[in-house]
Amino acid sequence: MINPYQPYAVRIDNIDIATEDKSLKTFRFVFLNKEDENKFAYEAGQFAELSIPGKGEIPIGIASSPVEKGFVTFTVNRAGLVTTHLHKMKVGDIMGIRGPLGNCYPWELLEGKNILIIGGGFAFTTLRSSIIYLLHPDNRSKFGNINVVYGARSPGMLLYKDQLAEWEKRDDINMHITVDGTDDPDWKYNVGFVPTIVEQKAPPGNTASYAIICGPPIMIKFTQPVLEKLGYEHDHIIMSLENRMKCGIGMCGRCNIGQELVCKDGPVFTLAQLNKTPKEY
Amino acid sequence: MKVIKIDKTNWIQGIENLRDSYKLTGPVKGEKFYNFQELDNGEVPDLNYSNTRLSTKSIVFPQSEVMLNYTIDESKDDHHIMKEIDTDYAPRALIGLRPCDAKALTLVKLNFDTTDYKDPYWLKAYEATTFVGLACDDPLSTCFCTTAGSGPYNEEGLDLLLVDAGDHYLAKVITDKGATLLETAGWKIEAGDISIIETKKSDAEAKITSKIKTDKLKEKDTLEIHSAPFWEDVSFACLNCGTCTFVCPTCWCFDIQDEVHGNDGTRMRNWDSCMFPLFTLHTTGHNPRGEKIQRVRQRFMHKLKYFVDKYEKGIMCVGCGRCVSQCPVYIDIRSICEKMNSYELAV
Ligand SMILES: Cc1cc2nc3c(=O)[nH]c(=O)nc-3n(C[C@H](O)[C@H](O)[C@H](O)COP(=O)(O)OP(=O)(O)OC[C@H]3O[C@@H](n4cnc5c(N)ncnc54)[C@H](O)[C@@H]3O)c2cc1C
Ligand code: SF4
Ligand code: FES
Repeated sequence: MINPYQPYAVRIDNIDIATEDKSLKTFRFVFLNKEDENKFAYEAGQFAELSIPGKGEIPIGIASSPVEKGFVTFTVNRAGLVTTHLHKMKVGDIMGIRGPLGNCYPWELLEGKNILIIGGGFAFTTLRSSIIYLLHPDNRSKFGNINVVYGARSPGMLLYKDQLAEWEKRDDINMHITVDGTDDPDWKYNVGFVPTIVEQKAPPGNTASYAIICGPPIMIKFTQPVLEKLGYEHDHIIMSLENRMKCGIGMCGRCNIGQELVCKDGPVFTLAQLNKTPKEY
Repeated sequence: MKVIKIDKTNWIQGIENLRDSYKLTGPVKGEKFYNFQELDNGEVPDLNYSNTRLSTKSIVFPQSEVMLNYTIDESKDDHHIMKEIDTDYAPRALIGLRPCDAKALTLVKLNFDTTDYKDPYWLKAYEATTFVGLACDDPLSTCFCTTAGSGPYNEEGLDLLLVDAGDHYLAKVITDKGATLLETAGWKIEAGDISIIETKKSDAEAKITSKIKTDKLKEKDTLEIHSAPFWEDVSFACLNCGTCTFVCPTCWCFDIQDEVHGNDGTRMRNWDSCMFPLFTLHTTGHNPRGEKIQRVRQRFMHKLKYFVDKYEKGIMCVGCGRCVSQCPVYIDIRSICEKMNSYELAV
């Protein structure tokens, strides 16, 4: 019997400070056993439990993309017990990863469609994974137009700056990067909250377009009416939830919204699905 | 169906004969309450109880259970690598559990045995156990099993059902596992007239006068019952003590924690409760069920609506009555079920 609670052993291969305030770090892991990497086959949108012996486990979205081989990456915000400990760990340290867990963004359904990606703050991790996947030469032709609205408090708080700059240069993806505010005179992108930029820059919705939205609750709350105005139906608005989790495999009982378990039936739901469940997220 | 007659004079010897092949667990009277516990040499199950304070869920799902272990000693080659622990899953026999508790385990199994994931700890313990039920002839006033998908002579989840017939037990064989246990014990005499079982069964069922109605739960709209006005009232007195969830044979929620002593670490799971605010608290401070009313509603919605819709196997309650008799403020699932089952949105 496969034990779904037993993590794969991994080594920290690289640590990058991801934001200027050092509250976020991106960790790259390699599997101690090569076969485990194959067993950990994942899709963009899934998450994993990062497992630190002696401290505990935390559910974190997978930031690397299935088209990137040889490692997995996660970007972690320093918040409480386990994340603070992880921030103190060093390259070479051994820990565990359990997963991949949960569902992914509905890639088959999205084929042939225009995709609007909206991200705020550090909830951009699985969106990074998704964009890399979409832009891969094997995949790009399968999808329609791609628009990305990504916002952070300030320029220094934007994640994955090198990649953002690369994507800005491409003509097969429209980037709309924004910050809440900045005193940088050389800032060449947008200033304004995500919902406002969506209203100004995002293409209108129709049967051939889907929106994927990930961010803090407040951003989602104000973006939803904007998307409705733009013509995105509720079953074309895709969101990813973050309830408190332990097991990640639908057994410990804490992450439910109605009869759905966020860890197993989610974390990705359409707004139409969420409309049918109690608002316990 | 085969029925074996066990003279009570042969009972103790039979139990002793089982010890070489099974680890035995049964009801034992403590200072105030009966509880299920491992039977030491010479100890026999005390079958004179009406109900135990805690259910038998702990036999396959201990209140605290080590899952993995590891060393954090960096001089060791395998430091920080988590390994499955060696648990003894040799055959066990659970002797004298009530039919409601056995039925409850079949409901809990739906959670731990899924197509996507199997919980190895729960399933191995369940497979290793032979369940010897004890039919219930003197139900309590809080028992409502006959309308909660079980009954005093219900056989679901049992390998054997013992019926107390005065100077002997009649042991109804339900599975091969049950037959093997009887053989091992040396109980072999087939019973002649077994009509007494049906008579006693009807008598016992007739004694259960407390009833619930669950027929309309499935057709109700989840969000309508979720926003019904009665939850305010229902939850008002609740202390969020968690007693109801711990004594419940169908509550399965758990927490996972790490513990380290010196260099030796374990990852364990412990029973948890949806009645506690920490159960769902996000690190940001946000809590989807931060209010008492939300937690009480979650408990009853899970048992009487979400579970019903998800599995189509009835309610997640077997009518054992433990939460009814042990809740310090007399919150009664029977009356809440009635409110939910009969709820109509005011027009
Ligand atoms: C699907 C999903 C994806 C996510 N993706 C990301 C991501 O990409 N990046 C990111 O930064 N964050 C992400 N998060 C949020 C992240 O999981 C939390 O910030 C993280 O779990 C916080 O852990 P902590 O130990 O630092 O916090 P704490 O608040 O200290 O506690 C959480 C953990 O510590 C233990 N613990 C501490 N106190 C208690 C207590 N009182 N009772 C019980 N247990 C306790 C438990 O083991 C618990 O799991 C995601 C969450 C989900 C659900
Ligand atoms: S036993 Fe009663 S008071 Fe305690 S949590 Fe359950 S319903 Fe509330
Ligand atoms: S995290 Fe355990 S059920 Fe979802």
